[in-house]
Amino acid sequence: MRPTTRRILAAATGLALLAAVPACADDQKQAAENVPGVTDTEIVIGTHQPLTGPAAPGYSKISAATKAYFEHVNSKGGVNGRKIVYKVMDDGYNPANTENVVRKLVLDDKVFALLGGLGTPTHTNVLEFVKTQKVPDLFVSSGSRNWNQPDKYPTTFGWQPDYTVEGKILATWVKQQFPGAKVCHFGQNDDFGRDSLAGVEKILGPVAAKQTYTTTNQQVGPAIGALKAAGCQVVISASIPGFTALAMGQAAGQGFRAQWVVSNVGADYTTLSTQLGDKKVILEGMVADNYLPMVGDTANPWIQEFTKIHQQYNSANPIDGNAIYGYSMAYTFVQALLAAGKDPTREKLVEAVRKGGFRGPGLTPFRYSDDVHAGYSGVRLNKVQNGAQAYFGPTYTTDDADAAVTEFTEPPTTPPANAIPTT
Amino acid sequence: MDRFLFLTFGGLSTGAVYAAFALALVLIWRAARLVNFAQGAMAVATAYVGYAVASATGSYWLGLGAAVLAGLLLGALVERVLMRFVGHANPLNEVIVALGLVLLIQAVLGMVFGNGYRPAAAPFDTDALTLGGVAALSPYDLWVLGAVLVVVVLLALLFTRTPIGLRMRAAAFAPEVSRLLGVDVSRMLTLGWALAAAVGALAGMLVVPTGLGLHPHAMDLVFVVAFTAAVVGGLDSPAGAVVGGLLVGLILSYVTGYLGPDTTPLAVLVLLLAVLLVRPGGLFSSARARHV
Amino acid sequence: MTATRPSARSGVDRPAGPSALRRLLPGAPATAGPRGSTLLRHLAGAVLAGTLVVLLTNQLAPYQNLQVARVCAFLCVTAGYTVLVGLNGQLSLGHGALMATGAYTVALMQQAFEERGVQGRWILPLSLLAAVAVTALAGLVIGLAAARLRGPYLAGVTLAVATLVPAISTIFTEVFNGEQGLRFPAETPPAFLGAYFQPERWLAWIALLAALLTVLLLANLVRSRFGRSLRAVRDDEVAARLAGIHVARTQVLAFVVSAGCAGLGGGVYAVLTATVAPGKFPLELSLFLLMAIVIGGLGSLAGAVWGAVLLVALQDLPSLLTETFSLPSGLAQRLEGNLALAVFGLILIVVMLVAPGGLHGAFRTLAARLRARRRAPEH
Repeated sequence: MRPTTRRILAAATGLALLAAVPACADDQKQAAENVPGVTDTEIVIGTHQPLTGPAAPGYSKISAATKAYFEHVNSKGGVNGRKIVYKVMDDGYNPANTENVVRKLVLDDKVFALLGGLGTPTHTNVLEFVKTQKVPDLFVSSGSRNWNQPDKYPTTFGWQPDYTVEGKILATWVKQQFPGAKVCHFGQNDDFGRDSLAGVEKILGPVAAKQTYTTTNQQVGPAIGALKAAGCQVVISASIPGFTALAMGQAAGQGFRAQWVVSNVGADYTTLSTQLGDKKVILEGMVADNYLPMVGDTANPWIQEFTKIHQQYNSANPIDGNAIYGYSMAYTFVQALLAAGKDPTREKLVEAVRKGGFRGPGLTPFRYSDDVHAGYSGVRLNKVQNGAQAYFGPTYTTDDADAAVTEFTEPPTTPPANAIPTT
Repeated sequence: MDRFLFLTFGGLSTGAVYAAFALALVLIWRAARLVNFAQGAMAVATAYVGYAVASATGSYWLGLGAAVLAGLLLGALVERVLMRFVGHANPLNEVIVALGLVLLIQAVLGMVFGNGYRPAAAPFDTDALTLGGVAALSPYDLWVLGAVLVVVVLLALLFTRTPIGLRMRAAAFAPEVSRLLGVDVSRMLTLGWALAAAVGALAGMLVVPTGLGLHPHAMDLVFVVAFTAAVVGGLDSPAGAVVGGLLVGLILSYVTGYLGPDTTPLAVLVLLLAVLLVRPGGLFSSARARHV
Repeated sequence: MTATRPSARSGVDRPAGPSALRRLLPGAPATAGPRGSTLLRHLAGAVLAGTLVVLLTNQLAPYQNLQVARVCAFLCVTAGYTVLVGLNGQLSLGHGALMATGAYTVALMQQAFEERGVQGRWILPLSLLAAVAVTALAGLVIGLAAARLRGPYLAGVTLAVATLVPAISTIFTEVFNGEQGLRFPAETPPAFLGAYFQPERWLAWIALLAALLTVLLLANLVRSRFGRSLRAVRDDEVAARLAGIHVARTQVLAFVVSAGCAGLGGGVYAVLTATVAPGKFPLELSLFLLMAIVIGGLGSLAGAVWGAVLLVALQDLPSLLTETFSLPSGLAQRLEGNLALAVFGLILIVVMLVAPGGLHGAFRTLAARLRARRRAPEH
């Protein structure tokens, strides 16, 4: 053996022995700290959003609105004297990045809670981590039913109506308006499409034809051709905005005339008409659903308040459905924070959401309870007419199981002063 | 049968845009012996220019002209300012610079224009003409096919009938000899890049109206498919690029239509293996198989 | 990629010593002296490096330990990858898919054990071993096809492989659970380390062990007869064949070894978060892996370390930049995310222009220059 080799070996052995003594004294200390992310003057919360990449169009506007709302609240003194700091992390809609940024937020930045993490495939992969860290994981921005598993993930909550609830209500309307018609389904080939189809088939039974698309393949022509060949009169579509536009454009191109009924996430008129440009006339007559005030309804007091905030803090972006979503979700969060009391802890926050009872911009109550972590309980239908999307008919509520679809008759709420909740 | 015809027409129209884009890749390969991974991002950048001009002037054709011009300039710029200075010690360095350029271009586009979709109007009607009850090609599809055809013919004429085309070919295939014969090899290289980027710009303008709209990532998927098409056809052959593009378009259409939209990447791989294991240099190659 | 003209292929790592052919002649003296000593030296180096990192992890906060763990997981991949591309001259763009193969193998194994209620410390090593085996098998299949193909054509096929992951996982949804992917029980530190032992530190140790084993094996492989065959095939296939090297077999073997490393790296990568999903292995990952090894310094294991560090830095760059600069909200929104990507793109370009041999090459040149200056007689 060479002398250098022997020296290296000796040094290595020595170091190895040294390293074998676990240095865990500092770990013990961490267990007994104060509430993470909460000081006398601040509450730090975080989120993961697709600010770049293929999912950024549209969705990147949500967190901008949420952030603007918190700036508005902070300018009026914050919540119980504490300013809300909203850390928005870009994950590019890649689950690997989501896992990183959420770990960074929780372990490094020590956020109090997560708010509005966006996307089903992205957020699904952090559920276990969030659970072991006992971080409140509020109002995930997706209609998947994954967030409603209180036994498995006790701190995770949904916010928007889930895709099955939507499917059931859309199908109920179709059943009333088009008795005996050939109803078909066009959906994304993941839980979004599948949950929606499940809801539709709970009401209508098996659909006449069903086709799927995948986000990495923009050729929707063959699927639309198949729906046309099957003689579909109504197409219920569970698609993201880009693919709603592509599919309806294809249908128009192929001379396929059917009533399109589109799930809320893919039906924001501002987004769709921007994308379609001159071809936006094909959106006329499209039926969709929503659960928040419509951005075009300028007489609505919520829209008026949110527009004020938008002009002051978020004027770089257009005010559209995504912005209203961001404002409304931030409003619910402030309600939850207030309900958690003057000295909020993670446990108190989760408990406050479980207790529920929040009413705000949304048309229906939330479903939150001890054993349900799902968000809004229903939707109201809307229709595109003369270049504007407006509500019609009653508001419906239901659940994602076998509960009946019932009309909800309570009048909508009006916003408090400055659209900041007080209780 | 109707379904088959329908899918065939659909495949031809998408295949045409893949062909146009594959053509741009082949041009760079012939001029500089490298696959330009930044081709997609460069095409998107020029398409932004094109649609900005189109919406400012109200004329699609002015926009198209502006895009192609921007392509010529961008191609020359990338070669003169960047690629020229990449060391040739390791051929992968050029690939990495191109990938860096992709990130840079997409990020800059996102900063300047935002990450959202911008509408991209087509100059012709996109509603399909029906043929015996089957939705066939739309006027726009015919324009795309025609434009690609014209470009191929023009390129063929350029390379075989004009002195400058011959010089470009000579400079690419035998740089040393060409230099001895008085060909300005360096200028030919710049010209090759400019030409390829211009064809890429045209392809970008043709592709964008058929997809989700104009956004920084609009060509990501198209690049992968077009690269496949160019490889299937043989990277040295413009005719191969066109045939490869149409072939890939057709196969993707049939596979999407009959087997479902998820299976296309698998179909692409099978096609590549089927072609390349028989002809390792692509369908239109004259090169012999690598002996094993 | 560029045409693989032998004349253009003066690999950065090629020593100035004997020609490729000379090094191959039977009985030629090995460059690194007697083999036993090489192994010992590498072993000692590995133990030293490992100990230093372990000492480091004892000082680090949880998230920083996860970063160390991710560097180690990526190191398994980049080390094997740089041997294939740098030393054997075969370009693969599909290593992200190979990582996915390893990751899914580990996830399926861990799930299967969990469902049957089997527990034990041996499960993880077994799963990782299976990941190596399955991925090496996949590498064998790709390698067999690859041995017939050159430059861009090989790149085309492997690029197609890189886009397969989402397709496969949705076609076989029952097994792979589509876009949502699979979850399995997280790896926890053993009880003897104490109840308050940082879980992230334990993960870093696992990843470190995997990385050290990989690098150790590869370092010896590179110095062995097989390593010289790899380089000979890259430099001149005809000459290599003349020297009695079975070219195709060498190329396929290189692919198998490289795939095995990618499988291990992918498996460890999955263990760090106890999840797999197709979205974690997009085409960009494969391209970023290639960038990492070229920027690090193609063909060198030290370069692979730089590459792995770079990959993790890339993942963490966006959040760092967003926090450092506070801008007016309108501008900030446009720059958010985009700025980080632009900076990274610029860095890639500049490094390639300034240091064509990658970071490792640059440091070596620098060191050589310093040494030359010291050796120069003082006046």
